[in-house]
This record gives sequence, C-alpha cells and structure tokens, in this order.
Amino acid sequence: MANDPIHQFQIHEYFPLGQFGGMEFHFTNSALSMVANVAVVTGFLYLATTKKSLVPGRVQSVAELAYEFVASTLKSSAGTEGMRFFPFVFSLFMFILTANLFGMFPYFLTATSQIIITFALAMTVMLVVVGYGFYRHGAHFLGLFVPSGVPGAVIPLVSAIEVISFLSRPISLSVRLFANMLAGHITLKVFAGFVVTLAGLGVAGIGGAIVPLIMTVALTALEFLVAFLQAYVFTILTCMYLNDALHPGH
Amino acid sequence: MTFFLDSGSQMTWLVTSASAQEAAPPAPAAPQPDSAPPPPPGPEAAPHAPSPTDATHSAVGAPEGHKGPFPPFDTHTFPSQIFWFVICFGALYLLMKRLVVPQIAEIVEGRAAKIAGDISEAQRLRLQSDTALSAYEKALADARASSHQIAQAATDKAKAEADARRHAIEAELAAKLADAESRIGAIKTKALADVGAIAEEAAGAVVHALIGQQPSPEEVSAAVSTVRGS
Repeated sequence: MANDPIHQFQIHEYFPLGQFGGMEFHFTNSALSMVANVAVVTGFLYLATTKKSLVPGRVQSVAELAYEFVASTLKSSAGTEGMRFFPFVFSLFMFILTANLFGMFPYFLTATSQIIITFALAMTVMLVVVGYGFYRHGAHFLGLFVPSGVPGAVIPLVSAIEVISFLSRPISLSVRLFANMLAGHITLKVFAGFVVTLAGLGVAGIGGAIVPLIMTVALTALEFLVAFLQAYVFTILTCMYLNDALHPGH
Repeated sequence: MTFFLDSGSQMTWLVTSASAQEAAPPAPAAPQPDSAPPPPPGPEAAPHAPSPTDATHSAVGAPEGHKGPFPPFDTHTFPSQIFWFVICFGALYLLMKRLVVPQIAEIVEGRAAKIAGDISEAQRLRLQSDTALSAYEKALADARASSHQIAQAATDKAKAEADARRHAIEAELAAKLADAESRIGAIKTKALADVGAIAEEAAGAVVHALIGQQPSPEEVSAAVSTVRGS
C-alpha cells in the first residue's frame, strides 16, 4: 500500500452528513483539504495585511504581490472593466494555487487532482461567463459565435466550430489542471517508490537508488513550478473567457 | 491507461494487470478439467481478473486494495466533493470580496494615491519655487535697470552741472582776458606815446652832451620820428 501511486488520490470519508435525494454526503479528506485551503488563504492574506503599512514588510509584500499579479493578469486580458471580476478571479487563483501547493505536503490530499473539483471550478467559470454575458449583452452575447469579417457562406461552419470550442472550454480547463496534478503526483510517487524498492536490495541497490532519488528531488522542484504554472494558466484562461463575456463582438 | 489500473502493493499493479489480460483470453480455449461448466476463468486468475468480458471493466473496478474504481473517477464521492466545493469556494469568494480584497486594495491604492499626491505636491512646490525664482529674477533685473537709470541720470546731471560751471568760468576768464588785453593795449599805446617824448628828451640830452648845443625840439622830434618810422 505504501508504494501504491494511486492511493494518494483516495477519498476517505471521515463522518457522514446524511442523505439527500439519494446521494450520501460525507465530510471527507477532500473537504478537509478545501476547508483548510480557505482557512489558510483567508488567514494568511488577512493577517498579512492588517497592519496596512505604507512600506510593506515581507509577509505583506507576498500578499500584495499576489494581488497585483492577479490584477495585472486580469487587466491585461479583460481590460479595466474586467476588474469587476477581481474578487472572483483572485479567489480562483488563490484556491487553485493553495490546493496545488497543499499537494506538495506528504499525506495532504491534492484537491485539484480530483476531476470533480477541477470540473466544478471550470463550470463555475463558465457559469459566470455565460451568466454575465447574457445579463450584460442579452442576445448579443451570441455574437460571440459569429466572428466579424467572415463571408456569409461559411458562417454556419465557423459558428459550429465556435460553439464546439466554447463547449469544450470547461472540459479542457478542468482536464488540464486535473491531468497535470495527477500525472505529476503519480510520477513523483513512482520515482520515490523506486528509491525505496532499490534501497531494499542491498548495497548495489542503495547505490542504484541515487538516480531515482535525484529524479525525485528534481521532480519535486518541477511540481512546485507546475503547481504555480497551472494556477496561472487556469487564471489567465478564465480572464480571457471573462473578456469574451465583457466584449463578445471580438 | 496502465496508471488507471489499480491493485495491491509494490510494483505488482503493473505486472498483475498485464498478466491478467494475457491470462484471460486463453482461459476459455484452454482444456479444462471438469469443474465449472460455461465460461470458466483460469483457476488462479480468478481473484484478479474475473472474466474476459470483464477485462476492461476490471481495469476500473479494482480487484483488490481499494474498494471501488480509480479514486478521482469514483462517482460515489462526487456529491460530497461538490457540496464541500460549493461551500468552501463560496466562503472563500465572500471572504475575499468582503474582507481581503478591500483591505489589500486599500493598501495598494492608498499607496498609489499617496505617491500620486506626493508627486503632485512636489510639482506644486516646484512650480511655486519656480515662480518665486522668476519673481526674484525679475526684481533683480528691475533693480539693475533702475540703478542703471539712476546712475545715468546722476552722471548726466553732474556732467551738465560741470559743463555749465566750466562755461561760466570760461566766460569769466574770457572777459578778464579781454579786459586785461584792452588794458595792455592802452598801456602799450600810452607807453609807445611816451616813448617819443623820452626819446626826444634823451636825444636832446645826448646831442647837448655831444655838441654843447641844445637842438630845437622840432629837429629832435623830426629825427626821432624818422628813426622810429624806419
């Protein structure tokens, strides 16, 4: 069990909450991870900025850095108007980043390695995009699927492609994050497993175990990069989709 | 797809899945003893891979170790996870919107406003100092110009005064000169007139001393005027 690379994604039910509509609800390690995520993000950002120093200390700089990073990403993709979505995009970025980084701690569940969580995140984004698009532009929001400057004859074809690409967005958004976290953690676990297995084979094995050990260390660094990068990718794609909701006319 | 296969311990999860799929197809064709009638799986393969038709399903439905499929695809956990995701992300969103983002925005925008205010204040002060400087320079130039003017006027006045005084003195001197010249002229004519009488007297005396005779005044006067006239 110790070397099973899949075991780390196992959902453990801690206590039941009851049944509703034929579905069982439990408090699980995934829920614990998300609750801890919210507590850590809010606690850190709030406590880091309570002093409101004009010249920030180290901790306050980190909080401001996160704020300004997301703000500049959002502004560059969706313009100043996009800043109305700032709390949403900022929550999204901090939630994914923290979930990804939680995954780097042994025995912590990576919430973003659960397809249902990444899918829920992607669907939240799509609901905001579609909901705001229709609220703001009404039927004009459908102009998103009819790019300007396209000859009339190919409009049905182009529109069909646009609709398909729009519908595939939540899938690509969720699968990208899910697959990255899943594959990275499995690879890490497999190489770490090699170290243990080889080291158990005696002196030659201990010598041979150095190679996967180096790989494990390198992969750990890579996983930190991926944790940040995937949060950024999710965020910037969200910003682009929000830009569609704000300005559907291309 | 092998990663999705799921089994017990160590590296056997790779091996068992491979051997299970290899072992399964020949199972129906293999000569069998007399045990189970229709589609019997291999005796020792039974606990791992249930049957050939089940082979793909067994890849997801784990034979041992876990109960249920590959964990992230276990739909049994979905309602709980969605439920807690909605609660957690909703709470995070509200906390960010109400608490954290306004606080950080206050800091960041407060700093930006402070910097902008400081810059505009500095600009205002610089403008102020610029106007003060130009006013000072103007005053300096004015003072210089007026001092020049005053100096010029004083010079002009002094020069005019000196000229006038010089003219007056010159006129006075000229008058005195003319006066003296006329006096000299008078004296000279008088002296020249006296010269004849003296000469005549002296000549008479000289003649008397020489010849012992007193010449007549007419002769002497004629002789003198002849000599003087020559």
